[in-house]
Amino acid sequence: MAYKISKPKRSLGEQSYFPEAAKGLALTIGRFFKNTFSKEENKIIATVRYPDEVRDYPERFRGVHRLTHRMDGSPRCVACLCCSTACPAQCIYIEPAEYEPDDPRYGYERYPKVFVIDELRCIFCGYCVEACPCDAIRMDTGVHVPASTERDHFIFDKETLMSIPGKDGTYVTENPRPEPGDPGHPGITREQGH
Amino acid sequence: MLLFVSTLLKIGFVLAILLGIAPVLVWVERRQSSMMQDRVGPVRAGIPLPATLADIIRGPLAWGAKAVAYGGLAFAVLALLGGLYFWATLGLSGVSESGMTSGVYFGLAVLGVAIAAFHFAASWVVKHAVDSRNELTLFGLLHPAVDSLKMFWKEDFVPPRADKFLFHIAPIIALIPALATYAVIPFGPDLHWGPEGEPFKWLFSVVPEGAALAGETIPLQVANINVGILFVFAVAGTGIVGAAIAGYSSDNKYALLGGLRAASQMVSYEVTLGLTLVGCFMIYGTLLLDEMVVWQQEHVWGFLVQPLALILFFFASIAEMKRVPFDAPEGESEIVAGYFLEYSGFKFGMFMTGEFLEHLVSSSLIVTLFFGGYDVPLLHSDGFHLGDWLGFDILLPHIAVIAISIVVFLLKMGVFVFLQIQVRWTLPRFRYDQIMQLCWKIILPLSLANILVTGVLILAIG
Repeated sequence: MAYKISKPKRSLGEQSYFPEAAKGLALTIGRFFKNTFSKEENKIIATVRYPDEVRDYPERFRGVHRLTHRMDGSPRCVACLCCSTACPAQCIYIEPAEYEPDDPRYGYERYPKVFVIDELRCIFCGYCVEACPCDAIRMDTGVHVPASTERDHFIFDKETLMSIPGKDGTYVTENPRPEPGDPGHPGITREQGH
Repeated sequence: MLLFVSTLLKIGFVLAILLGIAPVLVWVERRQSSMMQDRVGPVRAGIPLPATLADIIRGPLAWGAKAVAYGGLAFAVLALLGGLYFWATLGLSGVSESGMTSGVYFGLAVLGVAIAAFHFAASWVVKHAVDSRNELTLFGLLHPAVDSLKMFWKEDFVPPRADKFLFHIAPIIALIPALATYAVIPFGPDLHWGPEGEPFKWLFSVVPEGAALAGETIPLQVANINVGILFVFAVAGTGIVGAAIAGYSSDNKYALLGGLRAASQMVSYEVTLGLTLVGCFMIYGTLLLDEMVVWQQEHVWGFLVQPLALILFFFASIAEMKRVPFDAPEGESEIVAGYFLEYSGFKFGMFMTGEFLEHLVSSSLIVTLFFGGYDVPLLHSDGFHLGDWLGFDILLPHIAVIAISIVVFLLKMGVFVFLQIQVRWTLPRFRYDQIMQLCWKIILPLSLANILVTGVLILAIG
């Protein structure tokens, strides 16, 4: 059983090639003059001169991580290990430590003695940010991990992560954190329990 | 002696034009494609400048050019007013005691406008020549220079079992015809050189039309050969040899196929290329390109009397140059790069330059044959004759007339180069059998019919 395949129906104008070629030429010439001589905002240029011009990233772009600060400059992180547990790439390594006994935070929370993110392993999924209970890790820096030829340069330690500001240039977050002794502090200690 | 020196100068001028524009065309082609495809294109090659120098170029230099431009405009307005006053007081053909006429004033006004236009353009160029990185990029025009530097330093690879002699000589054979063709193309009107003792006598004075002048007449055409355009076809025919030899000597089957395709395509289109123009020869009654231009000056431009020949010649010349959409000889998807597949470094550069030179040659042929060559409407050897339109003439010195003619010739050429490159980036490639069909079944019969109809019309009208 033979199938009948319908041939594309072309008018004489299309078949004779010249009008269509002229149409195509008119289109490309028009685009050429528009992109060459019109004002910058009227041009339709899809590419940017990358190293000189950078495309604006969307508001929620996940850039390189940062560790947010408390008011006194210490990390907000309480070394709960939620982020390293949530991390599917297992790129976060944390060594928790206790504060000194005379510190007001002693017995209330811990701090990260070592906090390392291997940015080469990281897949920038943002699960660590979602997992963090105290807004200590964020990916709102809006910048890439800078390129390097050394693998060591991609192992970001605690100091490096704390030295990266957010998109607004600050190291803290708008989300306040009451310290022991502050009016908003719930006053819970290790002895009193939860 | 004068003949010798002037010929050398003309050869130098033509070479400077051709070899100056051909590398620029490499950039033009890329940039044109990028601008119509909404890309930025080649703009990054630049010479770093210190910030202060960049600011000076962007600021004071551009302003200075603009100031000169406004000065030129003011000068033009003053000259125009002076001419009008003169006209009103002494009449159109009135001559003052110092020998001034209104036409001279109008000529000065034209000069002022020309100065203004040039400096406005210069100001725009200067302002945009330095980019935001403080690098002198000239809109990316430095890319050809960088390209040729790159080609110089590339390895000049020769396939081990290639025919060494033919392999080395093929790019030269491909390049030379394109340069040689230009010898017979007139790029300006006859230049009158003064008699012994006062050589610049005519250059700076108004030369009346058709006057017998003492001294030498130098045609602005490198060689006035009496076979005229047949020389073009003969020399262009040797270009086939270059492509064929390149394909044969490379010891590569793709290259061989490309060479064969190029040879057969160029031989086929060589025939039609000649036949499309026979109608023109019949009307102009000559084979000499300079006499064709004179005929068009005296009558009408060729595209009005031979419109079909123009279209056919345009397509045949693109096919003869092996450019898109007729670039089957270098079809990347089937035979990699065709006949110059094994060439690298500057040998490839010679093929590429040859291709762009052919662009220039075919554009100038189209201009010479169909668009009046260096002819400017209303421009005669003593200036613009506006008598029928405005009631007065603008008188210009001989050298200005020649300069305007040459510039207009180059501009006309530029329009067709632009059009050819635009065709290259717009139309998809023909299949090989389509190319041959177009040649033998469409263009050839049409050109023969064109000859027939032209002949009948010439006999009928007389």
